[in-house]
Amino acid sequence: MLWPPAVCALALVVLPVVGLLVRSDLTRFPGLITSTSSLNALKLSLLTAGLSTVACVLLGVPLAVVLARSRTRGVRLLRAVVLLPLVLPPVVGGLALLYLLGRKGFLGILVTTLTGEQVPFTTAAVIIAQTFVAMPFLVVSLEGALRGAGDRYERVASTLGAKPWTVFRRVTLPLLLPALGSGVVLSFARALGEFGATITFAGSLEGVTRTLPLEVYTQAEVDVDSAVALALLLILVAVAVIALARPRALEGVRS
Amino acid sequence: MRKLAPVLLALALTATACGSDGPVTATVESRTLTVFAAASLTESFGALGKRFEAQNSGVSVKFSFEGSSALVQKLTQGAKADVFASADQANMDKAAKGDVLDGRPSVFATNRLAIAVGKGNPQGVKGLADLARDGLTVVVCAPQVPCGSAAKKVQQTSGVALEPSSEEQDVKSVLAKVRSGDADAGLVYATDATSAAAKVDKVDFPEAADAINDYPIAVVKGAAQAQLAGLFRDFVLGEEGGKELAKVGFGPP
Repeated sequence: MLWPPAVCALALVVLPVVGLLVRSDLTRFPGLITSTSSLNALKLSLLTAGLSTVACVLLGVPLAVVLARSRTRGVRLLRAVVLLPLVLPPVVGGLALLYLLGRKGFLGILVTTLTGEQVPFTTAAVIIAQTFVAMPFLVVSLEGALRGAGDRYERVASTLGAKPWTVFRRVTLPLLLPALGSGVVLSFARALGEFGATITFAGSLEGVTRTLPLEVYTQAEVDVDSAVALALLLILVAVAVIALARPRALEGVRS
Repeated sequence: MRKLAPVLLALALTATACGSDGPVTATVESRTLTVFAAASLTESFGALGKRFEAQNSGVSVKFSFEGSSALVQKLTQGAKADVFASADQANMDKAAKGDVLDGRPSVFATNRLAIAVGKGNPQGVKGLADLARDGLTVVVCAPQVPCGSAAKKVQQTSGVALEPSSEEQDVKSVLAKVRSGDADAGLVYATDATSAAAKVDKVDFPEAADAINDYPIAVVKGAAQAQLAGLFRDFVLGEEGGKELAKVGFGPP
């Protein structure tokens, strides 16, 4: 009974990729993905998405723990606020970042006064944009797992004399690992595919801010085969990361 | 109530009978003209569209303003439009090669580049050479968009090599970055700088004469409103069109 809609769902995801494969000239594929601009875009994408994922983990894990375990009022509202980047169209997100961190934004002015540099049009801007859109994915998966797991283990650990940092390190984190694994993969994939916020906030310049999705967009109007080849490359990278990044350790060993 | 029904039915039938005879119909058929036009034509074509609607009752003109290369892509992939106006000959040629045009295109205006700077020209930009200064944040169009290919040409002929911070997909995005203050200068069309005169200052430079873009217009093949499309094209090529385009700074064809 569930098979027909399930098959439709699968088809909706798979068929467009098949459409891409069918219309592309695969003989040109190796040449197209090894051009300088493609390799630059690939390197930039992997670097920025990787660093964004690290930022998501460093910022998102504490946030998820606070949201799941905190009993103060207003946490509910905070939870909704954290989902904001999910709802904002990415271009609007990029615009918001530009207005905050750009030349005339209050944080932008602060950064320029302190460091003499400006934020937009830099690789750092790409990482900020990607972290902005990808972090909610990590926070949501972690928070859900934490609330599901309950806090009884942490409470027991506290009663046994463990300090809060020890509780976090030896009890909370190991419990979190499976959800962390899938959260990391989700946010990496989201950061890798980010386009709207990047192009609006960081701009598009080869080697500096032109990630793979931006390169696809640039090529799409000039050489469609090149755009399709790059899109397939992006899919391959995403699939490879998802396949590699789910080691058994993260899935939790049931003894 | 029973006696009312046949009376109402009779009234309804007579009403429809009255409505459908003779050349003067009770209702005017509403027709929509879809125009794909380069981003730099936003203000001028917007005004022309309104004039055209006023002169042709029942007609509503719908515009899609984007980078010319994006529009050509959409047309070759089957997008439904009636008229196409490009910001350079190269993209119109691509459209012709893609077999989406009906008849030959005609040039209706020319445009040249200008430098857009913040209001008051805080960085004191006087010409193209100033844009190559260290520490200036310059934004241009990507090379495959008409304003980008003009920017590339101008750099080649003048020998000034720019190091832009970003290559945008259409001229309005470049203008937006200058307007918001995030870029010190941008290479846009003279018409864009003029249209945004409230927020940006325009700096003309002589080397722009080396890269003048011809703006052609053509009717799209298989247009749903082919006759209306021809009328709009003639309207743009005619006197009224010329005046509106000259108002924002386009050159004559």
